[in-house]
Amino acid sequence: MKRRDFLKGVVGSCAAMATVSGSVEARGNNPRLPGAVGLLFDSTLCVGCKACVTACKQANDKVLDVPADKPYLDRTMHLSPDALNVIKMYKNGKPEVKDREVDGFAFQKQSCMHCVDPSCVSVCPVQALLKDGTTGVVTYDKDACIGCRYCVASCPFQIPKFNYDDPFPEIHKCQLCNHLWSENKFSACADVCPTGATLYGPVEKLMAEAKRRTSLNPGEVTRFPRRDIEGKEFGREQKVVKYVDRIYGEKEGGGTQMLMLSGVPFDKQGLPDLHERSSASVSETIQHTLYSGLVAPAVILAGLVGVARRNTKNHTDESPEEDAHE
Amino acid sequence: MSSYAPVGGRLVTPVTVVLGGLFGISVFLLVIRFINGLGAVSNLNDGYTWGIWVVVDIVIGTAFACGGYAMALLVYVFNKGQYHSLVRPALLASMFGYTLGGLAVLFDLGRWWNFWHLISPAYFNVNSVMFEVGACVFLYVIVMWIEFLPAFLEKLGINRLRQKLNKMMFLFIALGILLPTMHQSSLGTMMVVFGRMIDPLWQTNMLPLLFVLSAYTMGLSVVIFEASISAEGFKRQRETRLLGQMSTVIVGLILIYLAIRIGDIIARGELSRIYSNGFLSGMFLVEMALFLIPVLILLTKRARSSAALLFVAAVSMLLAGSLYRIDTMLVAFNPGSEYSYFPSIPEMLITIGIISFEILAYIVLAKYLPVLHQEKQAGATGELRSL
Repeated sequence: MKRRDFLKGVVGSCAAMATVSGSVEARGNNPRLPGAVGLLFDSTLCVGCKACVTACKQANDKVLDVPADKPYLDRTMHLSPDALNVIKMYKNGKPEVKDREVDGFAFQKQSCMHCVDPSCVSVCPVQALLKDGTTGVVTYDKDACIGCRYCVASCPFQIPKFNYDDPFPEIHKCQLCNHLWSENKFSACADVCPTGATLYGPVEKLMAEAKRRTSLNPGEVTRFPRRDIEGKEFGREQKVVKYVDRIYGEKEGGGTQMLMLSGVPFDKQGLPDLHERSSASVSETIQHTLYSGLVAPAVILAGLVGVARRNTKNHTDESPEEDAHE
Repeated sequence: MSSYAPVGGRLVTPVTVVLGGLFGISVFLLVIRFINGLGAVSNLNDGYTWGIWVVVDIVIGTAFACGGYAMALLVYVFNKGQYHSLVRPALLASMFGYTLGGLAVLFDLGRWWNFWHLISPAYFNVNSVMFEVGACVFLYVIVMWIEFLPAFLEKLGINRLRQKLNKMMFLFIALGILLPTMHQSSLGTMMVVFGRMIDPLWQTNMLPLLFVLSAYTMGLSVVIFEASISAEGFKRQRETRLLGQMSTVIVGLILIYLAIRIGDIIARGELSRIYSNGFLSGMFLVEMALFLIPVLILLTKRARSSAALLFVAAVSMLLAGSLYRIDTMLVAFNPGSEYSYFPSIPEMLITIGIISFEILAYIVLAKYLPVLHQEKQAGATGELRSL
């Protein structure tokens, strides 16, 4: 084949690809679902009792890790296949005052954030991780899972956990206790929380409640709902602590369905400082630009087939005599 | 007769015995892995859940196996027929590299018995970069076995089928160029979703382009590497003139790669990280040096006609591409201070065992199948005992 023909082919393919890429919109963040449910965690209300850690384990059939003398106190410090929810403590200097950054302390809940546009769902090659189209709960199906752990690696919050010491491992993460819904129950961590630090409900209402709290003046007394924001149940009246002016999860990484309030800056408590654009949307934009409808690969393949056909005639594996009597 | 011929010679040699032994050790360790789980033999954890089995066996392994891809593009698309003698040996190495990379995936998959979900439409997630990689690698392995089939058929004397297959071969050659372009770039895209967990010197939307460019250049380099080793090990004629010619393509590609790599870092305003980033700055500079060494070596025509210098340049390029992948996926990847990773000894032994098996199988097949280009003079098959 002549070089000129090849160049023509290349130019043609590139033009076709450019047309294809042009027609593919950059994928923006997935929008919040109107029926999304989630949690609101208010660090200023959390007293660190860890009742939620125990309740979570009981609701999800996990092994408790309790000392014999304090059977109510689960010792679990880190997320693992046996712990889908833990409470972590922030400490600075002489930890004298709660919810203060310097010489203070605070509690932080760690469990699946149920991202609006989750990386784990985007990367899973076999749809083992899915985001429910109505509630937005990020679910896991072990029967589909191949155990590649792309979800584990890609989660910006390091949530999914995997059993490395099990020949039949699974991914373990909070699924918002969606298995309890049929019994008219909801997330065990929120259900059991004595102060309302963890609150369950529709994300829209949780967001409104979070905004109400951050707009209050520190020292003002208000009532904090408990368990389920729609349940009209209230904990005790309490003075408002000075909040950091940010609702974590409103925009971080494209937003999450677990929202967080705190008196101590979130990055000090180990929460990542994420772009507002979700990583999934960046990755999928590249992927869809190249592969949407498999048009670009098809065009290139057609070009390659034509070129290869001509050029294999020029030099085959066969010697001339053999070609002659074909 | 085809223009390729078996090398012949004894099978049991010190080299093959050592390779077999290393492979045996890895089989033993893999049995433990399947009985007791991944943690029994590896240091993988939830921060670094992908270790050397993914980065070395699969990502670097398949880049080393890009020789077939590189030669096919050069010979059948750019019509550089003079390199035709290098195609089949490159294809054999690629076929093994990819087949074993695919098998290595099985050792690493936690729920390996479900691996077929990757190619079952009921489970497809077309948004997933890994789905693209998995499906594409699977197809490419099949395509390569078909491309290599004529060598088996020739050995078995099934000539009619071989001729028919050869007539349709252009279809598989075309697929054999498209598929690696797709998944080698996707291996780069796969890291984009990690966002800020990867240092800005490595994290970029250019990852797919940089990965496919470096994989292709590694493919050309591995052809020089293998041809040099084959010439030495099988006591064959050197193909230095041909390889020297091809090395100019390598230089050009490295320069394009470096221009994109550095240009992208400047465009994103991260240039100062090249010196202000501590250990990672050091790793970046070592990487750059390894890419530059082949460029500097291969500048003069005299160097390009030296078998030894060509070999050094090829090795440097292979190390550069490997380090680029290790840095992107492990060194520059930071899941948080509570996690650390360095491969365990059994983990490394399994990787070494797989590579040993690959080399062993290459030697065996090159001895018994028409793979290497036929020597011009007779009698070259006399000295074969070194491998």
